[in-house]
Amino acid sequence: MPLLEFTSKGIYCAQADVFLDPWKGVDKALISHGHSDHARWGSKHYITQEQNVPIMKHRLGDIAVSGKAYGEGFYINGVQFSFHPAGHVPGSSQIRVEYQGEVWVFTGDYKIQPDGISTPFEPIKCHTFITECTFGLPVFKWEEPQKIHHNINEWWAQNKATKITSLLMGYSLGKVQRLLKHLDPSIGKIYTHGATEHMTAVLRPFLAFPPTELITRDTPKKEIEGNLVLAPPAVLGSAWVKKLGTLSTGYASGWMAFRGARRRRAVDRAFVLSDHADWSGLLSAIKATGCENVITTHGYTDLFADYLREQGWNARTEKTQYEGETLETATAE
Amino acid sequence: MKRFAALIESLDSTNKTNAKVAALTHYFEKAPPEDALWAVALLSHRRPSRPITTTLMRSWAAELAQLPEWLFEESYHIVGDLAETIALLIQQEQVDTPPSLSQCIEEIIALKPKEEAEKKAYIITRWQSFNNFERFVFNKILTGGFRIGVSQKLMTRALSKAVHIDENILAHRLMGQWSPQQTTFKQLILEPNPEDQIAQPYPFFLAYALEEDFQDKNEVAQWHVEHKWDGMRAQLIIRQGKSFLWSRGEELITDKFPELDCLATALPDGTVLDGELIPCKDGQIGDFNALQKRIGRKSVSPKLIEEVPIALMLYDLLEWEGKDIRALPLSKRQNYLTTLYKNHQDANLPLLLSEVMTFSSWEEVAAERQKASQKRSEGLMLKHKDSVYAVGRKKGSWWKWKSEPKTIDAVLTYAMRGHGRRTNLYTDYTFGLWQNDELVTFAKAYSGLTDAEIKKVDQFVKKHTLERFGPVRQVKPELVFEIAFEGIAPSPRHKSGVAVRFPRILRWRHDKKIAEANSLDDLKELLP
Repeated sequence: MPLLEFTSKGIYCAQADVFLDPWKGVDKALISHGHSDHARWGSKHYITQEQNVPIMKHRLGDIAVSGKAYGEGFYINGVQFSFHPAGHVPGSSQIRVEYQGEVWVFTGDYKIQPDGISTPFEPIKCHTFITECTFGLPVFKWEEPQKIHHNINEWWAQNKATKITSLLMGYSLGKVQRLLKHLDPSIGKIYTHGATEHMTAVLRPFLAFPPTELITRDTPKKEIEGNLVLAPPAVLGSAWVKKLGTLSTGYASGWMAFRGARRRRAVDRAFVLSDHADWSGLLSAIKATGCENVITTHGYTDLFADYLREQGWNARTEKTQYEGETLETATAE
Repeated sequence: MKRFAALIESLDSTNKTNAKVAALTHYFEKAPPEDALWAVALLSHRRPSRPITTTLMRSWAAELAQLPEWLFEESYHIVGDLAETIALLIQQEQVDTPPSLSQCIEEIIALKPKEEAEKKAYIITRWQSFNNFERFVFNKILTGGFRIGVSQKLMTRALSKAVHIDENILAHRLMGQWSPQQTTFKQLILEPNPEDQIAQPYPFFLAYALEEDFQDKNEVAQWHVEHKWDGMRAQLIIRQGKSFLWSRGEELITDKFPELDCLATALPDGTVLDGELIPCKDGQIGDFNALQKRIGRKSVSPKLIEEVPIALMLYDLLEWEGKDIRALPLSKRQNYLTTLYKNHQDANLPLLLSEVMTFSSWEEVAAERQKASQKRSEGLMLKHKDSVYAVGRKKGSWWKWKSEPKTIDAVLTYAMRGHGRRTNLYTDYTFGLWQNDELVTFAKAYSGLTDAEIKKVDQFVKKHTLERFGPVRQVKPELVFEIAFEGIAPSPRHKSGVAVRFPRILRWRHDKKIAEANSLDDLKELLP
């Protein structure tokens, strides 16, 4: 019997009788990070990295959840588990599972580039590596994030000079805080949408961010003008956006590497910035584990597994309900 | 190249018309004239001929990116654009000063006769010395098809602002067949010599599809009604004893229709006519499929001319006695045209006159529209009696009111990823109709669904793939769509035995199961 199995409820460790990021309610769930396709509602007890605890409580409400430090091992029925930095979003982990000398690592989602807010990705030696591959195609090659952040500040400054409001959009957990962290507050004031403001407030106890102000019914349009507004992508086209005045819209996502996606999104500026590993990032992560077996779970799974087999790994694909970074909406993060 | 790539990037990064025009105007003001001329050419779909095949480009790019060819191909299918795929896969190795746009195109033109190894060395050097977006634009110039959401009209507007010449005059100057290799910015755009202009066509005036509440808002007496002839739009120019025939795609097609040569001497000099080329034998109008036989051929045999003789159905007069009369009201132009036609009616020329009808009620117009297929037209044209002959597509004075399309319910059988803004989504569909217990492919359609529906079909395709054939997925027969089309004709080249014109998706029939879709026999009953 393999140490981890793929079942209709999620990734299952029979020896310990626990699930990893299950998509249905179970008794005991180990959670890699707070995005809604990985941390789902309905399980009786959750275990996750300690920084992810307030995030999960914020999103899932009154749940039974216990937190562990990075690297802290704990045993369930003889199986040793531990959480290790995945560098994806604050509080995100790879989950290491060891039993009788055999080691498996489940990545959840991860990236190699440091983002200034998440504990950087740490390679873990294992026999079997269960990896995401949202951007598992050679066409994805991320630029230095500093350069993207510089472009964002430059765009904002230009807009500011012409009294245009900059609406910068990204996922509410992770992306928006990463953007915020690198905004230059000397350009102007930073306003937020409710979803952005609340999630950022959850992270403020651990992380230093520039000040933000929530836009309310009473915020005068005149005051927002020329400043920057952080919001989830779902606001595009909504009534909420209308009160922001003349806008230049910007969207930060790995998918913005595709010209077609940029045009479909119909934003003024697209910033290629992702919280997932690019092609060479995925390959370097796999090499660093020293693993023999690779299981690809979401993204361009078949193509990526085919390529890995050609390169000598024992690679296969398993169907899961993880979505990675989606292009079209902000509902699933 | 730097400047041109930056222009394309800024055009690409906004969906606001004013910002696009401003970016183009700025480019035309700043760029050297030889670059500006090439930019005008590229943006009006005139490009240097392709020096290498795309197959070679793919294999060189895969080699350079150190990827197996299958992975390159898969990446290409997902990105949906070869120029972009290569731009993404290759990295800039050395930063040179890139050549100017016109230098770069001259290099591309000079490449064509060279040996393959030399071509490869050149292309690779260029790929590695450009940044990502320059590399994309370079590849687009190599492969052609510069579709970047800038219409010719928009480009002309920007050029007009940059050179301070009226937009309509510029549109006229930019018509026809020209190449930056044979002309200059000054000769073509700033100071054209009238002597060089005898073949120069006028921009075509185009109609919009009729709006819903049109009849409520308009008085029938103000409108001239004609049938919308089902042929090929063309402009015939008679100047200095010569004739020039232009297609709507601005191609000179005089050679393809030798039966019209007689008009060069039969009609007076200084005459320009707008009309429709239609097959017409012994006074009987033929159907569009007959015409297609003529259009497809490189050279026209006397046998084919005998079999499918062509006539020009006249409906407008743009130049008369050497004068541009496009600004006269339609009724005046039609009077001149009728006189011209009547003066030559007995000469047995390949000319017909499109009948101008007036009606006393919209109900009568609607009744006339019902006669379209009987008269071998596609429906009606409504033209305001005072309308000038404008440039391009302008709303308000010319409308087309096409016949209702024919429709049939078909099953989605195959899907392919789209291109452009539909990249990475399954948007190109194949539809089948029942024949016994089998679904036989009868049409492909790309348009008609909303973005939300496309997203749902895309998810269905990804979850219900039966088999993959490269970029194509065979899907579980489950979804039924109502497909509309304009014309239908027997075709031995299609598996179904039938060819339909302009198929598109009318609606998603959520209410129908696949057993309720139509059969091939149902379709064949619609054959005329």
